[in-house]
Amino acid sequence: MAEEVVLFGVRGSPFTCRIEIALKLKGVQYKYINEDLDNKSPLLLKYNPVHKKVPVLVHNGKPVLESLVILEYIDETWQGYPILPEDPYERATARFWAKFIDDKCFPAIFKSCWGEEKEREKAVEEVSVVLKILEDELKEKKFFGGENVGLVDIVAVVIGFSLGVYEEAARVELLNKEKLPRLCNWIDDFLSNSFIKESLPPRDKLIAYLRNYYRSDNASK
Amino acid sequence: MVKNDVKVLGAWPSPYVMRPRIALNIKSVNYEFLEETFGSKSELLLQSNPVHKKIPVLIHGDKPICESMIIVEYIDEVWTSGPSILPSDPYDRAIQRFWAAYVDEKWFAAMKGLRSAQGEERKAFLDQVTEGLALLEEAFGKCSKGKAFFGGDRIGLLDIAFGSFLGWLKVTEKLNGVKLLDEAKTPGLVKWAERFCADAAVKSVMPETEKLLEFSKVLAAKMKGAPPPKN
Repeated sequence: MAEEVVLFGVRGSPFTCRIEIALKLKGVQYKYINEDLDNKSPLLLKYNPVHKKVPVLVHNGKPVLESLVILEYIDETWQGYPILPEDPYERATARFWAKFIDDKCFPAIFKSCWGEEKEREKAVEEVSVVLKILEDELKEKKFFGGENVGLVDIVAVVIGFSLGVYEEAARVELLNKEKLPRLCNWIDDFLSNSFIKESLPPRDKLIAYLRNYYRSDNASK
Repeated sequence: MVKNDVKVLGAWPSPYVMRPRIALNIKSVNYEFLEETFGSKSELLLQSNPVHKKIPVLIHGDKPICESMIIVEYIDEVWTSGPSILPSDPYDRAIQRFWAAYVDEKWFAAMKGLRSAQGEERKAFLDQVTEGLALLEEAFGKCSKGKAFFGGDRIGLLDIAFGSFLGWLKVTEKLNGVKLLDEAKTPGLVKWAERFCADAAVKSVMPETEKLLEFSKVLAAKMKGAPPPKN
């Protein structure tokens, strides 16, 4: 039986991007369907009735939802490149940092650029705190996964790519190069990885889109 | 196995703390339960979970593992001779993880909202909780395939994730004078809840509803003592 892999996503969303990175690392052939979130397709609503969100991975007709769940599914279904390490303690550690990025880092990054005006200052401080925690966790490693890109690096596309894009689009400074040298090196290595480069949306287009979509009335920023 | 090799840092009222304890019981692993004092955090907790400073923490040998569902998966992967907590098929595993995440991120968030909400807001949270239970009733039908638990014949990941909230669900029912699990609307879940609470791995760690009710009053009083939120 021929295998069918379909990814429903939104170009520019780091959550969709993660799945593309993982599929490319595994060498999986897939069909990509771009969704318009203001006009969701009937197929998306059928596959994800609970959240009505992307990304959705449909493998031989069966939908897998939630980016972290999808990443684990991809790792367990297709052999080859290991996304998670083998050792249970290292796996638990990787999952911990993936969750930290989703629960703490991304919301703060998003709010500091696109949140309610009154919430932004606090969010900027929060970003500084969480990025420092990641800086410390990186230690001497090239990637969070060690020598090679792993789960945490894939999930950290929100820092490797989205952070810089949001900074430029919202004209907010979040990455302090002096305080976060390791993280900055990590970002360079992240963006140099060929599978990752292939999965990223065009930067300038995304910046223009974000500025337009989140057009704010305040001129001060 | 040396008893001191496995420790759980936690507190009896916490549903999150119940999760690794149930998992360890399923695997018949002896562990030491180190109870945190309400209102303060021990040195060991602060050292073991410096990022979040939260319970539960599993300490295995000298390695700390944090975040309740991550701990449960760790337990399943380390103690392979005991019954499996996750199914072996990747798709079934994805379904269990999806609903476990839903329970934590959406459903229990609505339950917590219900605790402090008033008037219209309270009704909105109650609707969310009830809708969530309807979804979970449907999920139960699909996952259990006629068997006793979400995990099949035995308690699995999703049973642990959702079942750990049953104590607080009963407290919420009493405090709000509502029936959340209902023979008419959620018959599958009603029977599942009875089986879950009666299971050998769960019984010893599920707090009595009366004790939780008393504790919820202490908690509410403490929250009232906090400064009022800015609007």
